[in-house]
Amino acid sequence: MKTLRGSRFTVTVGLGSCGVAAGAEAVAEAFRKESAKRGLAAEVGITGCVGMCHREVLAEVSIPGGPLSLYGDLTPPRAARVVAEHLAGGVPVREWLVAGEGADLSSLPYFAKQKKIVLRNCGFIDPEDIGDSVGRGGYSALASAIESGSPDGVVQAVVDSGLRGRGGAGFPTGIKWRITRDAPGAEKYLICNADEGDPGAFMDRSVLESDPHAVIEGMAIAAYAIGARRGIIYVRAEYPLAVKRLGIAVRQAEARGFLGRNILGKGFDFTVSLMEGAGAFVCGEETALIQSIQGERGMPRLRPPFPSSRGLWGKPTCINNVETLAAVPWIIAHGAAAYAAIGTPGSRGTKVFALAGKVARGGLVEVPMGITLREIIFDIGGGSPTGLAVKAVQIGGPSGGCLPADLFDTPIDYESLQESGAIMGSGGMIVLDGTSCMVDIARYFLAFTQAESCGKCTFCRIGTKRMLDILERIATGKGRMEDLGLLEELGEKVKAASLCGLGQTAPNPVLTTLRFFRDEYAAHIRDRRCPAKKCKALFSYGIDAGACVGCGACVRACPAKAIAGEPKKPHRLEPRVCTRCGLCVETCKFGAIAAE
Amino acid sequence: MGKRPGALIPLLQGTQELFGYLPEESMVRIARALGLSPAEVYGVATFYGQFRLKPAGKHIVTVCHGTACHVAGAERISGALERALGVKAGETTRDRKFTLRDVACLGCCSLSPVVMVDKTVHGKLASAGIPALLKNYG
Repeated sequence: MKTLRGSRFTVTVGLGSCGVAAGAEAVAEAFRKESAKRGLAAEVGITGCVGMCHREVLAEVSIPGGPLSLYGDLTPPRAARVVAEHLAGGVPVREWLVAGEGADLSSLPYFAKQKKIVLRNCGFIDPEDIGDSVGRGGYSALASAIESGSPDGVVQAVVDSGLRGRGGAGFPTGIKWRITRDAPGAEKYLICNADEGDPGAFMDRSVLESDPHAVIEGMAIAAYAIGARRGIIYVRAEYPLAVKRLGIAVRQAEARGFLGRNILGKGFDFTVSLMEGAGAFVCGEETALIQSIQGERGMPRLRPPFPSSRGLWGKPTCINNVETLAAVPWIIAHGAAAYAAIGTPGSRGTKVFALAGKVARGGLVEVPMGITLREIIFDIGGGSPTGLAVKAVQIGGPSGGCLPADLFDTPIDYESLQESGAIMGSGGMIVLDGTSCMVDIARYFLAFTQAESCGKCTFCRIGTKRMLDILERIATGKGRMEDLGLLEELGEKVKAASLCGLGQTAPNPVLTTLRFFRDEYAAHIRDRRCPAKKCKALFSYGIDAGACVGCGACVRACPAKAIAGEPKKPHRLEPRVCTRCGLCVETCKFGAIAAE
Repeated sequence: MGKRPGALIPLLQGTQELFGYLPEESMVRIARALGLSPAEVYGVATFYGQFRLKPAGKHIVTVCHGTACHVAGAERISGALERALGVKAGETTRDRKFTLRDVACLGCCSLSPVVMVDKTVHGKLASAGIPALLKNYG
């Protein structure tokens, strides 16, 4: 998307992790090979994520004098056809065009309600080429911040913008900067928290992979504002592509004089180094993260003192999340008022969500604060792909909660979500339909936080374990109605008696499902029944004799040897032998096997 | 080298990159070099999910248990892998070909359910397709 009407043949393939996983490298290779075979000097370039995960593999194609065309759902053979018909023949292959020929993406329902600030360059630049970033205004905000000569003015602009921390807790970013700036001490640190650990969340990964310079520029502006000379990006080791691209981006920024000594000739020094997180969810908490950088077990400590006065190596330290930092250059470039004009009075600006689960158009979306859950799930996401009704949405991952469909008019802002029992969280949003069991979802998240608890606080260490025991009891049909009250009591105590955000929010998935889906818990306990047929102890599979043709495919597939029958006659399934692995259901071409 | 605890985690990561796991002897040597006790190094190595104290198989099969994958049937995928390999998550097959492990989330949610073999992600899997997937790595 560098120029709208080029003079060359260009192909730009989306190479974010999702694209790569969907086979983007093979598609890029097919474009290269096929165009070379036809003697077309096509430039095959790469870009990051445009956020349309549901249409991966994506590529943009243009021919001399022609408009840009975005293709989706590509495979290597399809790429070959695009080369033959579009690049060589000049006629676009309509069936895989995402928005029609040369059409504006913003006309698509998926993009119409989005507002791209953090994701402004994602999918538009080659993340491994700083020239692309600079061409779209990258580092100009840093230049104007430094040229202003007033770190206090930069802090004030971020205060005025109303930007709040996007890592989950929502602390006002400008205030955090001011406290760190005012803290006594000559040596200060800036840390970018890129330890995105919530299951079902990939906002930060996509930004780091698609536009690492936005984050680095945001860090440099923050460092200038608070008076830090050293910055550290603490990035999850499970994100190898993000680590690689960050490394490239830091080196390129140094080479251009945006990082290092005497930045832009104005006497400001700032260096950035990378530290790979070693796989502990709790290290997303800022004091635990600091412990980890110091080479210790990542266990949170009591605050105060806050890191802004005593952080890394005992020095004042400001820790900001990836998305927060990526918004900063936009705020400096467009002004605090422009940012504050978006959103609601308490929650300004935009928020990025990773939309996934039972939704037709999943992907990375950036929306203005104040938009409702319904608009995100149905207008942007297109609702359920299966026709089953959307039952709930899980927001905020293991710290958040499940909100039922009748609360879908809740606006996205920190306070409204908190009131509903969920939280804004970092941005995971998983849509659930009738095939999801809410007891199972609660158990799933609690199993995660219980395993990730560092063990320092008794209620978090043992309380979550006991809550999990109770949930397992309910899921296996051994629950008692008193268990529900016990879960609520224990949940409140874990929240009250834990030091850090992990324990303080771990019970949320359980408490919200108890609040909004109590009847599902009751069905598990009173009727020994799992309405969604997810909890293995509470349902069995059966074969519909009318639909079974006796082909024997399930007999061969069943690892437990629970199915028997003569060829061409309806088969029988023995529930006492069956392990509910579901392989037979997947294997049966006639839809004859179902849970009952 | 003197006491430089900040170098511990990067050193352990480099060691694991080299050997595929953290041999006890290496941990003792790292402790000595950094002026830490072996117990401190062991404490850090066992705190973080990334570190392995036993040799891994030739291929590492990682099953994503993120929320989207969970909803899409990650447990069935894990079950199929456990049956096909004859080991549980965290274990290595006797022939040292495969190590099976779970991860909380790989962040490829729209491709769920997802399995990563070494560094390649395979998406939209069905448990019936697991044996064919493993054959590619035989």
